[in-house]
Amino acid sequence: MASVGKIARRTFLIGAAAIAGGVAVGYYYYRKPFPNPLEGDLAKGEATFNPYVKIGADNTITIVAPRAEMGQGISTTLAAMVAEELDVDLDQVKVEHGPASYAYYNAAILEEGGPFAFFDESMTAEAVRAGMGVIGKFLALQATGGSASTRDGFDKMRQAGAAARQMLIAAAAQKLGVAAAELETANGSILHKASGKSLTYGAVAAAAAAMAPPAEVRLKDKADWKLLGKSQKRIDMLAKVTGAPIFGIDVRLPDMLYGTVKMSPRFWARPVTADLSKAEKMPGVIKIVSIETNYGHGFGIIAENTWAAFKAAEAIDAKWADPEYPLDSAAIAEVLKQALGAKGSAMRDDGDVDTAFADAPRERIVEADYAVPYLAHATMEPMNATAQLKNGALDIWCGNQAPTLVRQLCANAVGIEQDKVTVHTTFMGGGFGRRVEMDYALCAALMAKQAGGRPVKVTWTREEDMRHDAYRPAAVGKFQARLGDDGLPVAVDMKIASPSVIAGTLRRLFPSISPLGPDKTIVDGAYDQPYTIPNYRVSGIAATVSIPVGSWRSVGSSINSFFHEGFLDEIAVAGKTDPVELRKMLMAAYPAAVKVVEKVAAMAKWGEALPAGKAKGMAFTLCFGSWVGEIVQVADTPAGIRIEKVWIAADVGTALDPDIIEAQLISAAIYGLSAAVAQEITFADGMVEQSNFHDYDAMRIFQCPTFEVAILENFHKMGGVGEIGTPPAAPALANAVFALTGKRIRTLPLSKGVAFA
Amino acid sequence: MRLTVDGQQFDINADPEMPLLWALRDLMGKTGPKFGCGIAACGACTVNVDGQAVRSCSLPVGQVTGAVTTIEGIGIDGKLHPVQQAWLEEQVAQCGYCQAGQIMSAVALLEEVAAPSDADIDDAMGGNLCRCGTYPKIRTAIKRAAVLKTAGL
Repeated sequence: MASVGKIARRTFLIGAAAIAGGVAVGYYYYRKPFPNPLEGDLAKGEATFNPYVKIGADNTITIVAPRAEMGQGISTTLAAMVAEELDVDLDQVKVEHGPASYAYYNAAILEEGGPFAFFDESMTAEAVRAGMGVIGKFLALQATGGSASTRDGFDKMRQAGAAARQMLIAAAAQKLGVAAAELETANGSILHKASGKSLTYGAVAAAAAAMAPPAEVRLKDKADWKLLGKSQKRIDMLAKVTGAPIFGIDVRLPDMLYGTVKMSPRFWARPVTADLSKAEKMPGVIKIVSIETNYGHGFGIIAENTWAAFKAAEAIDAKWADPEYPLDSAAIAEVLKQALGAKGSAMRDDGDVDTAFADAPRERIVEADYAVPYLAHATMEPMNATAQLKNGALDIWCGNQAPTLVRQLCANAVGIEQDKVTVHTTFMGGGFGRRVEMDYALCAALMAKQAGGRPVKVTWTREEDMRHDAYRPAAVGKFQARLGDDGLPVAVDMKIASPSVIAGTLRRLFPSISPLGPDKTIVDGAYDQPYTIPNYRVSGIAATVSIPVGSWRSVGSSINSFFHEGFLDEIAVAGKTDPVELRKMLMAAYPAAVKVVEKVAAMAKWGEALPAGKAKGMAFTLCFGSWVGEIVQVADTPAGIRIEKVWIAADVGTALDPDIIEAQLISAAIYGLSAAVAQEITFADGMVEQSNFHDYDAMRIFQCPTFEVAILENFHKMGGVGEIGTPPAAPALANAVFALTGKRIRTLPLSKGVAFA
Repeated sequence: MRLTVDGQQFDINADPEMPLLWALRDLMGKTGPKFGCGIAACGACTVNVDGQAVRSCSLPVGQVTGAVTTIEGIGIDGKLHPVQQAWLEEQVAQCGYCQAGQIMSAVALLEEVAAPSDADIDDAMGGNLCRCGTYPKIRTAIKRAAVLKTAGL
């Protein structure tokens, strides 16, 4: 693990980026709160207590849940944090996403950005975590990602609810002429039991909001929670079963135009020639404009309806420049393979790996090469945004995971100040990391600039969406283990090469910042696992392939769990150790991990004999602060291998909403299984070969296994939820396929090696 | 051209080749049916035409002869359809984008089969993709909806 000395010698990426970006300002700035963005936009009779709470004179209580709702249920859980302390029920409040504001910065998203495993609680690791929180404030990113929303909101949103409640009580005490200590609250009212008098929150909201916030806020004990820790009805469910217009693609405005884009199918390439004449003459087409952003080049089609825009986009006849990266998948694979020859940076380097292998007898060595492909996010709602530039002010409507970035980048793109931009964040039809990108918003903003003040809704075709993603990078790994006489590994050396997600993201979002230092995401999920092996090294190498890569549900862990847990399964087989027992022995120093593995093994009746033609595989991953074990059972059927059942045990520290957590674990596992079975993005002639769901499909209902989930709360720190089910899914499935067929498939997707039903 | 959608008549001026989906969304303001793929591969655009589930993204509006029902028109007298009610009770949706299509496929299934088996559900719902992986809850909700519908709730 990283020591103080290593930290001093080594910059690590996010910190370096923050300093390079010129945001290193003083302690005072860090302590100073951001202004409350709700103050400027209150309805008549409405009062605001802090960025999370508004109460109207009519007792309408509004809670701001400033994280992107992409299906993970975050708006419900964040609202419950405030409601719990405010002493109101969820069906009593309105929940809004709220405006783009630095007040809603996500401090937790960077907390694990340092080179430490989650379980490392040394003083250095804790100091860096605190420092990362400070950097989070400097960057002031209002972002949804890193499975960080509940961890980020847990204290500050409960405090916001508690502070507002205390202010309401103080105002009511004044009004009733009684001591605050004699007052109780329930269901949005303040009650004086002795006199039987009561006041609604709304009746004292204006007076309360004018008071100074309390210097000290006392939060409820966990034992007294009424909402948190219990499953809530989701606040977004009714809208979602009635087809309500809640998504970016549903935005409708007076006088609205429609549009689409046709961007270069070769990333970053400019058009060499382009004949727009046929497209421009098509019925319903209003205008075709050039688009240039940090994401690349192409054309925007403005039309009277979406269909006319789609047809015109097809009719554009353009030739594009050669790409700056290798032309096809074979050439890209070669670059990755070459990169493995470099030394790389070891994020974990326990013991003395080189010496441990120097005298290893051949029969004690296990070696393997692994590879995973590029992947698209393929959210159900294709990329889209609606923009209107009128009288020097830009309004932009879109589902997005980073509203302050939308504001900043769109302001720059159209050449106005940020305070002239209003971002309306809608619900999103899937995110998975795709909507942290800004391309769809930038395209709409640039097209709005040429739409004569009218709003334009710009919808991408599925083909455009599939071919212009920020992909999960391809990666390759070269692994070596030396086994002891007992079959346990005495040395493990893992080398992983992949294009850098951080470098790729900086190029698109902050091109003025040069990436410095190693990209931890290349080895996330491999270097930071709770295993003790005497000689244990995990090195990452950034390969130079400039195809855009970004955050795909669980980021590096989606790759490295497959590598690490697949290889550990190979070690178990070679050492004749049971895979569950092997893990329990290696993770003995981490009781939370052991309990997760024991739980999932018990649920799946691991070790009990199965009928012929069925087999199980297991995997474990610690990521985003949560400990997750998964076991997959497969069956051989005439139609191919069927995934029958998946068991998941996850320790999330504190489970705020068990039903939502269970839904997320299942969702993330299906997302991971979909990719493991059949998904890959490949390249030919510098272009993505896949285009739609016929050649980039995902699991269907008839392929879906049954699930059994256990949520544990043994570890003392809260973990994330939205991504953690994805990483172990692929290796658990691959290990089950090995157990069933004897085929060790080390390259995804697995359907290249076996047939699935 | 004249269309009946959710019991209401619309006179629209559209290229007959325009898919029904875009006529609904852009010309009639019916944004309940969603655009997902444009090639009838994901089911997000599913509406019912004369009770049959169809993928509106691939059906030219000029070929539509029957009455169209979207997610916005299945509620009865201001009450949720039993399928919607079951979806609510089972808390099915995550991002929710595919759910209008899922619900419309399920509504058509229950018109045909009062108490669908797992195999019936697999057959009827296989064309509806969900990237959030709500399939286990969809299955449970369809079975619950069948009970609600049969009981006349």
